[in-house]
Amino acid sequence: MKCRRCRQPAAIEIRRHNAAFCPPCFEHHCIEQVRKAIDEFDMVGAGDRVLVAVSGGKDSLALWDMLVSLGYDADGLYLGLGIGDYSSDSAVYTRAFAEGRGLKLIEVDIPTEFGFDIPGAALVTKRVPCSACGLSKRHLFNQAALEGGYDVVATGHNLDDEAAVLFGNVLRWQTDYLGRQLPVLPAAHGFPRKVKPLVRLGERETAAWCVLRGIDYQVEECPNAVGNKHLGYKEALNAIEDASPGSKHAFYFEFLSKASKHFTPQAEAEQEGLRPCTGCGAPTTDQELCAFCKLVARVARATQAEAATKAGKAGTG
Amino acid sequence: MKVLLRNPKREVDVPGPLRVSALLERLAVNRESVLVIKGDTLVTGDAVLADADTVEVRPVISGGA
Ligand code: SF4
Ligand SMILES: [Zn+2]
Ligand SMILES: [Zn+2]
Repeated sequence: MKCRRCRQPAAIEIRRHNAAFCPPCFEHHCIEQVRKAIDEFDMVGAGDRVLVAVSGGKDSLALWDMLVSLGYDADGLYLGLGIGDYSSDSAVYTRAFAEGRGLKLIEVDIPTEFGFDIPGAALVTKRVPCSACGLSKRHLFNQAALEGGYDVVATGHNLDDEAAVLFGNVLRWQTDYLGRQLPVLPAAHGFPRKVKPLVRLGERETAAWCVLRGIDYQVEECPNAVGNKHLGYKEALNAIEDASPGSKHAFYFEFLSKASKHFTPQAEAEQEGLRPCTGCGAPTTDQELCAFCKLVARVARATQAEAATKAGKAGTG
Repeated sequence: MKVLLRNPKREVDVPGPLRVSALLERLAVNRESVLVIKGDTLVTGDAVLADADTVEVRPVISGGA
């Protein structure tokens, strides 16, 4: 197989583009896709300071690398989630990447700063770990961006992620989520702008970017991801893609151009009732504390109660 | 050839020479969901792997939300 651009031997085939590329031309292809996404959706303006949410996985490290290659002023934000070996390893990959390239990495360790970890929060709230995890990530990304004076938060969601989330939302007609599933959410009501510059790249491409650029990333999955619905949707979509290349791209981009506008009014109405959280000042639709402050308080109460029970037992025993 | 697989990490021996596409079929993996890595580069589906080669078949699907 030969490279479509230069006719040298190809390293990767991308069937939805009916193309194959050699390593240098593949890098060019990826950069062009990201540039196109940024321009098409007005993601980052000249002089904007970008905060990249990095996890140590392929997507976020590729994104950071690409934004820097494109000349953007982009720092990284890593959240310590306290998920055993997965978290300690992911920190190692992230720090090595930042140090090797002389990039600025901001770290927020949830256990140290807020006194709980994601598995612990899941036990206390009796919900899946991803629920406390997602809530904490959203909150802390916003907070770090506002505190650090960043204009925009960039996340590594790729075409496969967006197509899988869309698939799940359509299966259950989650109209509120459909209204918010956009590659750019503008800054509003105290939230920074949020952008997904990788929406034109599949995860096979972001992984290939890392391999070809020599980026060592965490291949192992978070233990809480194993067997979740999101993975099932991705597998189903990949079976369709295999039979009909380009299906995922059409599914997502046709949604954006033809359907998403029918769902935005509802999403906007929800934003209207926002007020500042009495604990941290973050915008929230809740009465007093925002969802994150409630979570922190709830875990603290559970920990105190447990300590009291233990002390009681020690006293009587 | 030696084939390194992930999740769980393991190694299998597959006799070569063999085309990458045939290897993936034999392993029953969807070509959309993996990369085939040889040394520090990638190989396409039509590449022929020799019996002495070592390759990694790396899944690219992540489940994090
Ligand atoms: S899989 Fe769930 S718990 Fe693990 S990092 Fe992703 S959202 Fe968090
Ligand atoms: Zn080329
Ligand atoms: Zn709060």
